[in-house]
Amino acid sequence: MNEIPGDLKFLKSHEWARLEEDGIIRVGISDHAQGLLGDLVYVELPAVGDQIQAGSACAVVESVKAASDVYAPISGEVIEINEALNDRPEVINEDAFGAGWILAVRAGNPEELKALIDPDAYAELLESEDH
Amino acid sequence: MGSSRKTCTLSTQSYLERRICVYKACGMIHRLYNSLIGSRRAMLIYEHSKPGRCAMAQLPPVSNLPDDVPVSMRRTTPLGLPEVSELDVVRHYTNLSRKNYSIDTNFYPLGSCTMKYNPRVCHTLAMQDGFLNRHPYAPESMSQGFMRCMHELQEILAEVTGMQGGVSLAPMAGAQGELAGVAMIMAYHRHRGDAERCEIIVPDAAHGTNPASASMCGGTVREVPTKADGDIDIEALKKVLGPKTAGIMLTNPSTIGVFERHIQEIAQLVHEAGGLLYYDGANLNAILGKVRPGDMGFDAIHMNLHKTFSTPHGGGGPGAGAVGVSARLQPFLPIPMVKKHAAGTFGWVRKKDRPLSIGRLSAFAGNAGVLLRAYVYARMLGRDGLRRVAEYATLNANYLAKKLAEVGFDLAYPERRASHEFIVSVQKQKKAYGVTALDFSKALLDHDIHAPTNYFPLLVPECLLIEPTETESKDTLDHFVEVMATLLKQAEADPETFKQAPRTTPLRRLDDVKAARQLDLALHE
Ligand SMILES: Cc1ncc(COP(=O)(O)O)c(C=O)c1O
Repeated sequence: MNEIPGDLKFLKSHEWARLEEDGIIRVGISDHAQGLLGDLVYVELPAVGDQIQAGSACAVVESVKAASDVYAPISGEVIEINEALNDRPEVINEDAFGAGWILAVRAGNPEELKALIDPDAYAELLESEDH
Repeated sequence: MGSSRKTCTLSTQSYLERRICVYKACGMIHRLYNSLIGSRRAMLIYEHSKPGRCAMAQLPPVSNLPDDVPVSMRRTTPLGLPEVSELDVVRHYTNLSRKNYSIDTNFYPLGSCTMKYNPRVCHTLAMQDGFLNRHPYAPESMSQGFMRCMHELQEILAEVTGMQGGVSLAPMAGAQGELAGVAMIMAYHRHRGDAERCEIIVPDAAHGTNPASASMCGGTVREVPTKADGDIDIEALKKVLGPKTAGIMLTNPSTIGVFERHIQEIAQLVHEAGGLLYYDGANLNAILGKVRPGDMGFDAIHMNLHKTFSTPHGGGGPGAGAVGVSARLQPFLPIPMVKKHAAGTFGWVRKKDRPLSIGRLSAFAGNAGVLLRAYVYARMLGRDGLRRVAEYATLNANYLAKKLAEVGFDLAYPERRASHEFIVSVQKQKKAYGVTALDFSKALLDHDIHAPTNYFPLLVPECLLIEPTETESKDTLDHFVEVMATLLKQAEADPETFKQAPRTTPLRRLDDVKAARQLDLALHE
């Protein structure tokens, strides 16, 4: 299992969010989540300019086993999507916390991030799920 | 993340694109197959073609040529059919059929959900000339026999499910039955002048068609979680109920194979909130003649006759997703249906007879052949026979579950009694030896047993969903347990070798990841 980077915040449903400069927030799914899904074969991305709502589906990741909604950790406007995933969805399998990011949003209210769980609590959550 | 309910927001275009991907994947599998086995064992009859070769004895008599077709309209180019001899054809198809795994040869723990054993007599009787040759436009006076069968089937199904408002046989698949059911629920609310109710509640364990049908009918899907014991989380349900609730879609026994114990409380809560109850009756095997959805308080139900009533779902169609309703939904039932006149003859119920009907779902009256098989099956078994189906289906599932637990497998819901199916999780074995549910599925193939459903429902990690059905003997079940016990030992002793199964099938493991990623529609290189 990859180290969980310290600058991320998580949803219990295994999405991560990283606050970058100017209130831009990058979003992806965790390494644990990609492991559960197995080899990804398709990622359905939103369009740049879409408004997304915290807690609602903002993308879909599909593996040979299942298709899963990716829930938005935060509300705001999508300003960038990871186009590379259209051709190589496996980037998420290879580097979930880095090159496998899914989208970036300009958050309406970056304070929402505070409600998310921090890396230690997320690691504990994984351990408790994992018995 | 959560199981995808994306169908509600996907545009038609991207839906179509995904469908195309599925077809593309089929083309890919074909190419993969060819590259793996080479031309020596060609899969397509075209690959045997040699110019000029012909099965002379099979040629139609020359006199059959249509002399009256004007020359200008006759085909001048060859048909492009494979040129093969009679023996080529016989060998090709006989060899293909031997690669086929079927319930006629071996045990199929996918169960009624895909392929339970369907008695030959249902097929034979439904294939009688009188049925086969009846044209769907034949006048009522010349279709009385067929219409009588359909009328009786409507009544039998209404009786079996306890639906007081009757049954329409029009839908041609389970999903279309759901669509009809939700459309009726929406029509009911709108007819009462209630435009607000648009939310359909669906448990997280539900079959994917439930949320899809809800959103196809313009509904918004609200998901409720399942508790660790397999029942619905009633507290969570109370939170989503309200003036926007149009209804709830439930499967009982649920997709995880247990009977929802609080069904009456749920029915009461939903009705009090002004919503209606939809019963996903795709798999009725466990409840036939035992409990009736109508008595549980449901307002609408669909049944997959092509699962429980003697047509295989796994055939890929055609299907029959009959819908039944409570009295208050009766005016909205889809047409056509069959009615019985006072004189004892039968006629079609049309739009003018039922102005509030949600309308037609297809050109004619559903899939006649599937409906006939269901009719024969129900009449042959009778009320007692149908009850025995449920008893044996449940007994077999519970016997198998107990025995598998004894040899070391973990049941997903050990404290619950199984319905017609149950779930085993090999999460423990995955942790200890790295072997997965897929490995067990593949290894079963080497023992001439079909793999059970795996990785569904998504709630349970590394799961195998096993359904033996009512027709399997104790000997078959014991044999399955023996094989599974052997596999468990192999997995522990030598996981690396275990993961290489299957070894005895015409093809070993297909690269399903590659097939899905590098989609290719081409059928011929
Ligand atoms: C619980 C459940 N609901 C609905 C369906 C959909 O039926 P169909 O495939 O005929 O559309 C199925 C089919 O597998 C099912 O298992």
